[in-house]
Amino acid sequence: MHRDRLKRHGRIRLAVQLGFAALFNGYAAGFKGGRIFTGDSKKLCVPVLNCYSCPGALGACPIGSMQAVAAGARHSFSFYVLGTLVLFGVIFGRLICGFLCPFGLVQDLLYKLPLPKLKMPRKPDRVLRLFKYAVLAVFVLILPAAAVNKYGLGDSWFCKYICPAGTLEGGLPLTALNEQLRQLTGTLFLWKVGVLCAVVIGAVFIHRCFCRYLCPLGALYSLFNRFALYRMDVDEHSCVGCGKCDAVCPMAVDVRKQINSAECIRCGRCKAACPTKSITSMIEFIPKKQTEEKK
Amino acid sequence: MSARARLCARLGALVLGSGFVALGIWRNEVTEVFAKAVRICLECIGIG
Repeated sequence: MHRDRLKRHGRIRLAVQLGFAALFNGYAAGFKGGRIFTGDSKKLCVPVLNCYSCPGALGACPIGSMQAVAAGARHSFSFYVLGTLVLFGVIFGRLICGFLCPFGLVQDLLYKLPLPKLKMPRKPDRVLRLFKYAVLAVFVLILPAAAVNKYGLGDSWFCKYICPAGTLEGGLPLTALNEQLRQLTGTLFLWKVGVLCAVVIGAVFIHRCFCRYLCPLGALYSLFNRFALYRMDVDEHSCVGCGKCDAVCPMAVDVRKQINSAECIRCGRCKAACPTKSITSMIEFIPKKQTEEKK
Repeated sequence: MSARARLCARLGALVLGSGFVALGIWRNEVTEVFAKAVRICLECIGIG
């Protein structure tokens, strides 16, 4: 019975993910001509990791924008981008990772490939998960603002050396469609394709490996999961402790103890798998006392 | 996290986020974001 619910939930979630991927990358003419969109909507940051150099991108990537402002000569920090992300984070938390992110969708699809899966041992997994916070701090916030030349200009370190979404959504289609850009590719391009290949291979064997260990946007949103307006709860009275929620969780969260964990991407699989419907999700404006979490 | 702490954190984050956005707009950061977003980002695509 819960398998049917899981399948139905999976289909709905896939449709939502595809819909948002199309919405954020709806400039079809860009894919035809190997150019990017230049309209006013690019003043706004999308809530997901979606490269603004993707030929279809209609909005700005928040992680790229944050680095671009910091690397510029005028400011060393972007209040506009961080404020936007704080607002998205406090309302939705990591629901954005689970339902809206196109690169998350890519990883979900890769994990569906029928190959043996790797279950990371708990201790190294827990340590590696901290790496995404270091990526956020060092590559997105500190280096673009601090490592500058004599004119005060820096680099977008995360975009330049790590971001696999930029290579997949921007680099590969643009170099395939644009001869001039193709001629400019060199060692850095090979490095970035290598990073993308590593992430793709990792995502086949470890569910959402990029989100778990590297994504700076996921790291930022994770800070809000415990108190975001969108939250989940487990009813202890009706829970029978069958463990089906833990078994289906793609992020290896201890669902019954820490359903609002920073690592939960709000995919809702636990809710769909629960045989007693003990797991609920809601938008909660004023917290109720009975929904307090276990310590 | 207690209900009271959650409420305070939410309100704080909402006020902080809105304030940051307003400050960013006042500092004309939107123009910088737009300028970057409408040009092909060579770093993003791996050219440098």
